[in-house]
Amino acid sequence: MADTFRLNGKDVEFKPGQTILEAARERGVEIPTLCHLKKATPTGACRICLVEVTGSRNLVSSCSTPVVEGMVVLTDTERVHRTRKMIVELMLGSGRHDCMVCEANGNCRLQDLAYRYGIAEPRFQPAETPYPVEDENPFIVRDFSRCVLCGRCVQACNEVVVNRAISQGYRGSKSKIVTGGDEPYHRSECVFCGQCVEVCPVGALTEKKARGKARDWETEKVRTTCPYCGVGCQLRLHVKDGKIVKVTAVEEAEPNKGRLCVKGRFGYDFIYSEDRLKTPLIRENGGFREASWEEALDLVASRFREIIARYGPDAVAGVSCARSFNEDSYQMQKLFRAVIGTNNIDHCART
Amino acid sequence: MFFVIGSNMTEAHPVAATFVKDAVLRGARLILVDPRRTGLADFADLHVPIRVGSDVAFLNGVMNVLVTENLYDRAYVESCTVGFEELKNKVLEYPPERAAEISGVDAGTIRAVARRVASVKPAMLMYTLGITEHICGVNNVLSCANLQMLLGNVGFECGGVNPLRGQNNVQGACDMGALPNVFPGYQRVDNPQARARFEAAWGVEKLPEKPGLMIPGMIDGLVSGKVRAFYVFGENLANTEPDIRHVEHCLASAEFLVCQDIFPTETTRFAHVILPAAAWSENEGTFTSSERRVNRARSVSVPPGQARPNWWIFKEIAKRMGHSWESNSAREIWDNEVSRLAPSFAGIRYARLRGDGLQWPVPDEKHRGTSYLHKDGCFTCGLGVLKPVDWIPPAEVPDEEYPLVLSTGRRLYHYHTRTQTGRSEGLNDLLSEETADISRADAEALGVAHGERIRVRSRRGEVVVRANVTPRVPPGLVWMAFHFREACANWLTNPAYDPLTQTAEYKACAVRIERVT
Ligand code: SF4
Ligand code: SF4
Ligand code: SF4
Ligand code: FES
Repeated sequence: MADTFRLNGKDVEFKPGQTILEAARERGVEIPTLCHLKKATPTGACRICLVEVTGSRNLVSSCSTPVVEGMVVLTDTERVHRTRKMIVELMLGSGRHDCMVCEANGNCRLQDLAYRYGIAEPRFQPAETPYPVEDENPFIVRDFSRCVLCGRCVQACNEVVVNRAISQGYRGSKSKIVTGGDEPYHRSECVFCGQCVEVCPVGALTEKKARGKARDWETEKVRTTCPYCGVGCQLRLHVKDGKIVKVTAVEEAEPNKGRLCVKGRFGYDFIYSEDRLKTPLIRENGGFREASWEEALDLVASRFREIIARYGPDAVAGVSCARSFNEDSYQMQKLFRAVIGTNNIDHCART
Repeated sequence: MFFVIGSNMTEAHPVAATFVKDAVLRGARLILVDPRRTGLADFADLHVPIRVGSDVAFLNGVMNVLVTENLYDRAYVESCTVGFEELKNKVLEYPPERAAEISGVDAGTIRAVARRVASVKPAMLMYTLGITEHICGVNNVLSCANLQMLLGNVGFECGGVNPLRGQNNVQGACDMGALPNVFPGYQRVDNPQARARFEAAWGVEKLPEKPGLMIPGMIDGLVSGKVRAFYVFGENLANTEPDIRHVEHCLASAEFLVCQDIFPTETTRFAHVILPAAAWSENEGTFTSSERRVNRARSVSVPPGQARPNWWIFKEIAKRMGHSWESNSAREIWDNEVSRLAPSFAGIRYARLRGDGLQWPVPDEKHRGTSYLHKDGCFTCGLGVLKPVDWIPPAEVPDEEYPLVLSTGRRLYHYHTRTQTGRSEGLNDLLSEETADISRADAEALGVAHGERIRVRSRRGEVVVRANVTPRVPPGLVWMAFHFREACANWLTNPAYDPLTQTAEYKACAVRIERVT
């Protein structure tokens, strides 16, 4: 017999060790969360995932409470919703949540909750945050006035990517997510993997290079593979008008399971550099002049033919690119073997 | 249990490193073997700072202990491998005391390493270029394999010998036969059946059977006249090959040099024709990661100006040389050629490359991919062969004139010669110049302060660079990268190669440091 508990009036099974949240989600019962980060130790920081458990006087946070046999859980009561609404109002009052100018507009858990609970007017006067925005570093904007202190960034940094760069600092109304010594990111242990940005549920941590470029709903999301190292991380390109505005990780994807490093996340805009080669070039009088494809390709083919005729095919050699596609390397070795007639084809296979 | 050797994972493969660190937090053991105290050392149970280039001696010493203390997996060795007696005799020549003398770590540590790796099963061995970029690179790899087979760790999930491939598609370029001795799918060019198969598929009468030149041979051939025309696709050889001065002399000697790239580079300066290529995200194709996972890279932007996909450029040249190729997109190339010609990819089709892609071998369209090779110790070519190897010192060792060892690699914020990362906004802000990383002891002995400009000189050349005095580097070692042209380590590195793979010894040469006055 599997273990069961009572969820909104129905007896359902659960696996030993599961939290109420996990067991409920498995049954398709939706419970909102904010601070909960999969695979990290639950902190119970935000309390938005509160549910009623019969026999317990207070509401309990479902993300950090394990189910026990026979437990009676209610997720959808007046009391639950009233309390959640209050929590959202307090959060909205804890800082500056002017969605109109926020980068996270349209992709913000707090905004979703405010919408869901129909909170139009702030019930509490927004508090002034004692900390200015930190955007001295090249990649990440830290807007403390939007931070709800959920602690997800701290967990991601310490428990997921294990870079141990940030932690909860100060106390009470002075609470702040800090680096060692409360320095800006670029003067800390931070390695700019951006995992904290990836998990921030609000607009407190955002990508600097994407600032003002696009609203979340305006971008098309395209999955692709990172162009740098051999790990092969899966990226999600956020594209507006044929241009990448930012890169995030594909959650749950193999091999990176939602993680990226600084190159994969922030090293995408080289393709838009003005330095790109845009036309074929032919050497002339010690310099280069622009040429058409016809002319350049004819020249390459005719010089190859001449050299093959004079010295044989083994006088031609080629190096393929370990950064390009499989199909490109395939074509190149085929050109060398089938057309030129030599096995002089290699790439930096060993570096 | 992880056994990581010659891999600065937190910088070179940061996401792979996160999984190792996660596992350590959850209780996995980590033994790190590396001359430098790299980022992962902060997570290691044991960091073993062997001398640069002493890997074989060290590993033989560890195996000596496994054999003499009877810690190896006898059942596995007997049923899954051959060559144990020979290996045993060889490693018996390396008692821990001798291995200690060569590797600079004491005999007690070597014994401790052996006992620890033998105590947990399976253990996963991971290596990177610290193993391969030596004149004895092949032997280093064989030693790693020997160790893992002796421990009975090959053929299990979380076991095995796992190279982390440097570049995103270096695995793929090998798989596709961009190598002088094999067709796509590692079918050898000197095998008549393989040739017949490709001759039929490509509609040509006779394919060359003699294996071709490797990169160092090509480059030298430009001077000797053996190679007249040289086609360089996407590689910045003038910065990435050892001994820049020599390489540039060779490139300048080319009778006809074609470069195909997305940016002008130090190498394109020598070209006669430069062909502009479409970049990542400007055309479709597939990459193959370190773990043999084939997945797609998709197109979202248009290439600038006249830039064209690489496959198209090759096809157009073939056409002008009298060959008309049918496939007209990366997808057609893969589906109609690669997957039909290479049995390991037979089951991979673009239509199946959704989500997480597929790990080859994928023998047919029903097959779901292979996540680890040599399952349960069954090697693809019969029994696993234990191959005894001897230690040899690096080609150039320190002496009075050049008393320090230079070792090179990559840093977190940049990639190779910075053609891409140098042009991605922000990365230069985080790392804007090269440094020579040296130990406090050497800095003090030379009277060099942290941040001071110093001259690093080898028999090949010299660079002026800022000193980075760091506890992560042991005395006697200088560590540099090759991201910045001016202070590129390859002005200094030694063009000495592994005889089999022709991999250069980037990890060891002799240098001296002088103050710039
Ligand atoms: S960018 Fe990465 S290392 Fe830096 S604080 Fe965020 S999670 Fe930590
Ligand atoms: S910065 Fe974002 S993730 Fe971090 S505590 Fe604040 S709201 Fe949560
Ligand atoms: S995101 Fe970083 S770790 Fe992942 S593939 Fe790209 S460069 Fe490698
Ligand atoms: S989601 Fe459960 S306490 Fe925050």
